[in-house]
Amino acid sequence: MSAPTQKPFIQISNVSKYFGAFQALDNVSLDITLGQKLVICGPSGSGKSTLIRCINRLEQHEAGEIRIDGTLVDDSPSGREALRNNVGMVFQQFNLFPHLTILENLMLGPVRARKLPEAEARELAMNYLERVKIPEQLDKYPGQLSGGQQQRVAIARALCMAPKIMLFDEPTSALDPEMIAEVLDVIEELADSGMTMICVTHEMGFARQVADMMLFMDHGRIVEMGPPKTFFTAPESDRCKLFLSQILRH
Amino acid sequence: MLLNAVKNIIGSGAPATPMLFRLLGLAALLGLGGCSGNWGWYVVNPATETGRRNLSFLIDGLYFTIGLSVTAILISICLGLMVALPGLSRRRAPKAINRVYVELVRAIPILVLILWVYYGLPQVASLSISVFWAGVLALAISDSAFQAEIFRAGIQSIDRGQYEAAHSVSLNYRDTMRYVILPQAIKRILPALGNQLVYMLKMSSLVSVIGMQELTRRANELVVTEYRPLEIYTVLVLEYLVVILIVSAGVRWLERRLETS
Repeated sequence: MSAPTQKPFIQISNVSKYFGAFQALDNVSLDITLGQKLVICGPSGSGKSTLIRCINRLEQHEAGEIRIDGTLVDDSPSGREALRNNVGMVFQQFNLFPHLTILENLMLGPVRARKLPEAEARELAMNYLERVKIPEQLDKYPGQLSGGQQQRVAIARALCMAPKIMLFDEPTSALDPEMIAEVLDVIEELADSGMTMICVTHEMGFARQVADMMLFMDHGRIVEMGPPKTFFTAPESDRCKLFLSQILRH
Repeated sequence: MLLNAVKNIIGSGAPATPMLFRLLGLAALLGLGGCSGNWGWYVVNPATETGRRNLSFLIDGLYFTIGLSVTAILISICLGLMVALPGLSRRRAPKAINRVYVELVRAIPILVLILWVYYGLPQVASLSISVFWAGVLALAISDSAFQAEIFRAGIQSIDRGQYEAAHSVSLNYRDTMRYVILPQAIKRILPALGNQLVYMLKMSSLVSVIGMQELTRRANELVVTEYRPLEIYTVLVLEYLVVILIVSAGVRWLERRLETS
């Protein structure tokens, strides 16, 4: 589907980001084409979360630029529109709205931001709840659901915005072990359906299965990048080798 | 013997006995206990016609006390929210507006503000303002500074992830506040808002100085004609007590209801 000549959908060029004196991103450049599945790994503090948060404008980078489908991502109306039309995000801590029912969680964005009629938004929400396999929970509140169910609702909520690319920020790190699989299954199905995604995760089995590109970050830089096959079997940098040996040991 | 009775009423009531009854019992005891001495309950004795007239004169003040307090608190909540939001801004100018308003308003005693609004404002703005609206305005402004601080604390207590999630489904600032942050913040500050309503009910007694016919003013007027301050002011205390206990119970009920949803 994604020919190598295809124009990149997301262009990240020379992006740097500081938190005070700490440099979280150091001159990062990266192109992502539609249909690509990118998995980012790396030690904590390596800038992997910051990178995808910059794409979504949850963090503002100080240098460089990010373009989505050619449009500069900034605080201008066109930048915000590019985000609204293209990017969905799933958080480590789910961040569902605790005072709203599952259905209301899913409908809020479509109704308020996409200006869909309520009936259409409801239908959309039901559709996606079915896709994440919890259509029966629509009237419950997030607090009444297990962590795995909450994260699946969060995925459905992001999908309701009809994004072209999904960002996952360690989607299984806050889950009990027995709930990780149900969430990864949903993400995998989403990948199979052709969704473009960038996923920050330490689940290497999942990465091997889903990613068509692996990316290793350290100290705010992209240290190594390549298809999973070579990435896992023959990493070039010592830093990546060490990281993989530690993370794959168990 | 009297002490024992007091102890009985306060201390050993079954756990289920509502506080209200215990307090009312105590108040009644205080009154009845002194019946033989200097108390003269005849002024408010519901068995006699004068007593009934006096009582209804006193109790009719409730309309004004409640009307005044409820109107004032609704306005002060709106004002407080409008003052709180710029205080949460990252920019300096809106923040400064919030600080100046809060510090300034908090520094004016309510009584002084009531007098200033009623007697002073008409001269400045050349508009005549009724006693009721002067009272509402003064109470609302005075309380709004506290409301602003309560709202600010409530909004700040909401997890950052909620803003991020709202951002991720592309809600703008207004919708984020309206549908995501404020509903959660208000739930959290409800006890504090309840406190402010109780405070407002009590402070509304100060509006009596400009002639508002609320509970306190009526009690004062009756004392002037009947010369029974002890009994009349005791009734006044009971009136406030009952109203405020009911309000407190209402707030607690609302809290419980919101908790389950």
